[in-house]
Amino acid sequence: MMDSRRILVTGLSTYWGGRLAKALEAFPEVEAVIGVDNEEPSVELERTEYVKVGAQHALLRRVVEAAEIDTVVDTRLVVDSSTTSSAKAHENNVIGTMNILAACSGPGSPVRKVVLKSSTHYYGCEQDDPAFFDETMRRPHPPRTGIERDIVEAEAALGEFAERNPDATITILRFANVLGPDVRTSHIGLFSLPAVPMILGFDPRYQFVHEDDVVHALEHAVKVRAPGVFNVAGDGVLALSEVAGLLGKPYAPVLPPWGTGLAAAVLRRAGVRIPPEAMNQLRYGRGVDNRRYKAAGFHYQYTSREAVLKLGEHLRLHPLVRGAQEPYRYEREVEEFLRWSPHVKRTRDGPRSSLSRDQIAELQRLLASFADAAESGAEEGPDRLEAAEERTR
Amino acid sequence: MAEPRRTTLSVREPEPPMGSLVPAESLKEHLPGLEPERRLNDWGRSERVEGFFDQTLVEFFYRYWFRAEVEGIENVPSAGGALLVSNHAGALPPDAAILAKAIREEHAHPRPLNITIEHFFKGYPGFSALLPKLGCVPAHPANVHRLLYDEEQLVLVFPEGRKGTEKLYKDRYRLRRFGRGGFVEAAMRARAPIVPACVVGAEEAAPVFAQVGPLRRLTGLLYFPVTPTFPHLGLLGMLGYLPAKFKLRFLEPIEFGPGDSHEDKALVQTIAHEVRARIQESLWDMLAARRSVWFG
Repeated sequence: MMDSRRILVTGLSTYWGGRLAKALEAFPEVEAVIGVDNEEPSVELERTEYVKVGAQHALLRRVVEAAEIDTVVDTRLVVDSSTTSSAKAHENNVIGTMNILAACSGPGSPVRKVVLKSSTHYYGCEQDDPAFFDETMRRPHPPRTGIERDIVEAEAALGEFAERNPDATITILRFANVLGPDVRTSHIGLFSLPAVPMILGFDPRYQFVHEDDVVHALEHAVKVRAPGVFNVAGDGVLALSEVAGLLGKPYAPVLPPWGTGLAAAVLRRAGVRIPPEAMNQLRYGRGVDNRRYKAAGFHYQYTSREAVLKLGEHLRLHPLVRGAQEPYRYEREVEEFLRWSPHVKRTRDGPRSSLSRDQIAELQRLLASFADAAESGAEEGPDRLEAAEERTR
Repeated sequence: MAEPRRTTLSVREPEPPMGSLVPAESLKEHLPGLEPERRLNDWGRSERVEGFFDQTLVEFFYRYWFRAEVEGIENVPSAGGALLVSNHAGALPPDAAILAKAIREEHAHPRPLNITIEHFFKGYPGFSALLPKLGCVPAHPANVHRLLYDEEQLVLVFPEGRKGTEKLYKDRYRLRRFGRGGFVEAAMRARAPIVPACVVGAEEAAPVFAQVGPLRRLTGLLYFPVTPTFPHLGLLGMLGYLPAKFKLRFLEPIEFGPGDSHEDKALVQTIAHEVRARIQESLWDMLAARRSVWFG
């Protein structure tokens, strides 16, 4: 059922990398989850191993080969220019992607699958767009903003990789604007204001995806073999005025239809940041056709409307619960002790096996050879493991 | 206004290295469901706003001002996608709204009509927010295809497009070129019938005496017409229609067989000419029978 067993997650310290690693390590069929990043993980992880690497692909390649990684999930694409400077975003999105792909290609590379988390900013927002972009459509106009250019280039790099590695499964997931209680995006910033800012005379169409659906969509791409490009966006396209209504807020057409950029600069002075790629979206909006990923077996938990409602709940609750939870801080020594020390008897989920991993692996191999010899029926890995433990006791 | 327009984006351009895609037939079942709590649909159409206009302005014009008469309404299918093709003229043409109203009023199974409009309106403040709520959809081939094939709805196009609204009173009822036949391609690809429709009266209701180029450029509008009431009575003068008698006629649908391919350019052009000829002929016929512009 699980298509991938040894998985490398890039961008482990980002919100998405951390959440995905957490989700993947819960699958017993997944043998190894390795996360790479140049910063420490921001969530507590059970068995994911964190390797600190810069963007140098020489090092990454050694990790990939040594761990026999079969699947690489690239979650680190920056798709919101308000989170970092444009130079850093470019470095990360274009050069970083190039390096990671270089580490996965070449003769003898164990990588069979690459999943890229991309964005529907790929399509841009223009006056003569179709109402629903589908995956077969290219951008009707050349990219206008730095982020859009980066996304197009990163996807092109993956396209090239696919040509050079015809046996590998390439999945590109283009996510619509993400909403949710934990993630931070510039649109959530706009929706957190007392009134939703709009451009006078425009009521753009918006489509959203809930953060849980984002993680599940990435997980789905790891689980099944789904080659191709897929839009990931909740059902339903909402008008921005409708979004404001669902959030229980008024909308404020504070941006003039002409000279919008100038007004946005004034707003930035006042502390409201509208990134350039969102400006066109506030004017023309965007809808995408989300049916292909559904046809590939994915089920959404939230529609666009439900994602907005969830965000509304969170925004109302946020002032009350803020700071109630201690943030997690990564401590290398503690994490390594928990993973590798022979003295660790139980994990949070229950008693840990009394055997070391090497011993288990050894036993598994042994048992597998017995099983082959005896032509016995297929047994699941964990059962086999337990049986082996019984016997050694 | 309309015409499935030429665009740099060819609709079915495959992404070469990206593996096989799911066939279109199986995608139909994955269309998003309706959320009954919503007041807008995915295209931005609002039943509330549309209903308000329908019961006030459109009702008044349809019933009392233009006293619209409808023939051949049974040619509009009660189910499945269908592409209505009509002649188009006049400043801020009332014909689209009247055609939509006619289907709502006279048809045995009233259905909403999706009116294709120029992309220009999506970029013009005010129009951009209002028109989608009234059921207008930018005339993109992909939009027309989704409406006809996937959602099986009625779509209205004006293949004359801007050339129709730009034409002056002296050229009335002479059909302009029918674009490049993009509307025929859209209908064939979606296997939806084409229903030609003729409107008589719109050209006298909003006659255009001249086009003022410099003012058009100044306001950024598509065209800047001079009519009996515009521009000297201001923006409301745009709605200052003369009370011409409206007559609508829906002609027999043109169906496509399974052998007809939208890639056959010659066939597409032939059908486009045929549709144009039928509408033109029917228009002359209706005009010949008309005794008075105002009383029909």
